[in-house]
Amino acid sequence: MRRYTPKDNVQKKAKYTDRFWVAPQVPREAVEEGSFFEEVVDELKSNSIELLDYYVELGQLVLHINPQDNVKTLKTLKEKKCFKMCSELSAIDYLAQDGEFEIFYQLLNLDKAQRARVLTRIKEDEAIESVVNVYKMANFAEREMYDMFGIYVNNHPYLKRIIMPDDWVGHPLRKTYPLQGDEHAQWYEVDKIFGKEYRDIIGPENRDPARVDRYDTQRFARVGHEVPFGADPELVDKTDTPIESRYSKTFLTDYTTGSKELSERK
Amino acid sequence: MQQPNKLKPFFENLNFERKDNTMVINFGPQHPSAHGQLRLVLELQGEQVVKAYPDIGYLHRGVEKMAENMIYNEFLPTTDRLDYIASTSNNYAFALAVERLLGIEDKVPRRAKVIRTMLLEINRIISHLFFLATHALDVGAMSIFLYAFREREFAMDLMEDYCGARLTHSAVRIGGVPLDLPPGWIESLSNFLNKLPEQIKLYEDLLTENRIWKMRLEDVGVVSKEMAYEWGCTGPMLRGSGIAYDVRKEEPYELYGELDFDIPVTDRCDSYGRYRLYMEEMKESIKILRQLISMYPKTEPKLMAHAPQYISAPKEEIMTQNYALMQHFVLVTQGMRPPKGTVYAPTESPKGELGFFIRSEGEPYAYRLKVRAPSFFHTGLLQDLLVGCYIADVVTIIGSTNIVFGEVDR
Repeated sequence: MRRYTPKDNVQKKAKYTDRFWVAPQVPREAVEEGSFFEEVVDELKSNSIELLDYYVELGQLVLHINPQDNVKTLKTLKEKKCFKMCSELSAIDYLAQDGEFEIFYQLLNLDKAQRARVLTRIKEDEAIESVVNVYKMANFAEREMYDMFGIYVNNHPYLKRIIMPDDWVGHPLRKTYPLQGDEHAQWYEVDKIFGKEYRDIIGPENRDPARVDRYDTQRFARVGHEVPFGADPELVDKTDTPIESRYSKTFLTDYTTGSKELSERK
Repeated sequence: MQQPNKLKPFFENLNFERKDNTMVINFGPQHPSAHGQLRLVLELQGEQVVKAYPDIGYLHRGVEKMAENMIYNEFLPTTDRLDYIASTSNNYAFALAVERLLGIEDKVPRRAKVIRTMLLEINRIISHLFFLATHALDVGAMSIFLYAFREREFAMDLMEDYCGARLTHSAVRIGGVPLDLPPGWIESLSNFLNKLPEQIKLYEDLLTENRIWKMRLEDVGVVSKEMAYEWGCTGPMLRGSGIAYDVRKEEPYELYGELDFDIPVTDRCDSYGRYRLYMEEMKESIKILRQLISMYPKTEPKLMAHAPQYISAPKEEIMTQNYALMQHFVLVTQGMRPPKGTVYAPTESPKGELGFFIRSEGEPYAYRLKVRAPSFFHTGLLQDLLVGCYIADVVTIIGSTNIVFGEVDR
């Protein structure tokens, strides 16, 4: 029987995991009383933003919010708590587990040198509101998120693929995105146009634009080994000895002792 | 796209179909001043840019996707290819993020810390010399390019003596460094440090008061404070706008907390101010390296952190002790399994704040790895910064932002 590989998450898995292995958790500390982070949490609460969870992880404040509050939260943090810079913004694919994307905003308060992370989750078919009006850096970052995950961003000024070509199909950082090319693709057109029985005669389709075929006598020039245009490919191997070149040859002349006159040199 | 025919010839880089008076020109992606594969679509009103649209992605290799399918140690050499001008800073930023996730940041031996900080600062000098050379070349000062590359070559020789590679160093490991400094390396470093200040003075004599240099750079590419905040500028782009923030000072990592150095800041906000910052930063790097040289002999000769769950034992132990060999075998074939959690570790790379965001689900493969590359956001800034400037200044501004496309496109 063929081994079953789930299609919803093609990320590499550990080959072997001890059955008693339980992955530990990075310690999550409660927000200390009287600290700057507590002020931040209080400020958000007083602005009636619902915090689903909040804690300190490795020295950075983590805030879980509802997706519809993202602009309001970031605006409050920027204006009231001086988180003037958004360092990074992107998403994490949890479609296979929960059918959701997790979106994170990594914020920085430059005066106090404190960092906070705002996390929110949206369903696969939901869109998130753009934060370009709060942080302009989101212009590129949200485009990348759209490109890589296919998360639609509402009210973005120019939502278009940024890294992949415009006509690309699929979103590369989703866990469902194949890790290897489709090896059956080389037969798609042959099968469709001629039928499977012609596979041996026609051969696989070449989809590599940089491939050089030495038996191709129409498109590839073998300098010094030329055959007539469109000649029988079998001729290629027969003409092992270089054919006399039709082009000018490079010739060496002795500059120091030889004459400087070009005509004489020839 | 315009359909070429006899009456309407097709010009690859020009578009004449607009109704208004503007002309759209295409800059790059193979432009020699585009510092890699940057394509800019510029809308011009006469000589003035009215709209700029940076188009990136020509060097995309899917580094973040690769990270999800490699064990942590396997991915480290890939980080070389991000900012390939100063690859050790990428290696280090990644190693730091994983070390914070594992909780072994404090276990890294002091000698490893000294060596790492040295390598980081040498990389800063290499990168800044490269910036100076190419920026000056773009603006038209050819000789500086030759002088700066000569000095950069000496610095790269130092890197080569240490790790054997000139561009893709992989000179840092998770938990320490792989090698001790080779004999005589410290002397060559101090020779280099003795020569560099006079070379920097040479560059400054050639450029700082140079009339043409000043005319080309002063008040060109003015990044106001607000713009710097909004567009996520970091590094010299941020400090060039009068905002004193350096990750090395504010959130110290490695030995930066103990070292005595200054952070140059200017409120000129223009390309000239940033050029001055780069020169000053090189001098500070020299200062840091001199302190590190005196720190080095006082350290124990231990190079990797002792954390058997995550880090292989030293080679002698692996070859002599059974348990160390078993541990090493498991770590190489299966990979380390960090605890579940998220880490974002910022570092001050020569270009700005380089941070690795890692989400771990307790597997040997990172569930999500995001590279916070400074150049990516500096490229985004171009669409705001280029508007209103003249076409001749575009090249100056691109040079002054010091973007590297390995880390823009990832």
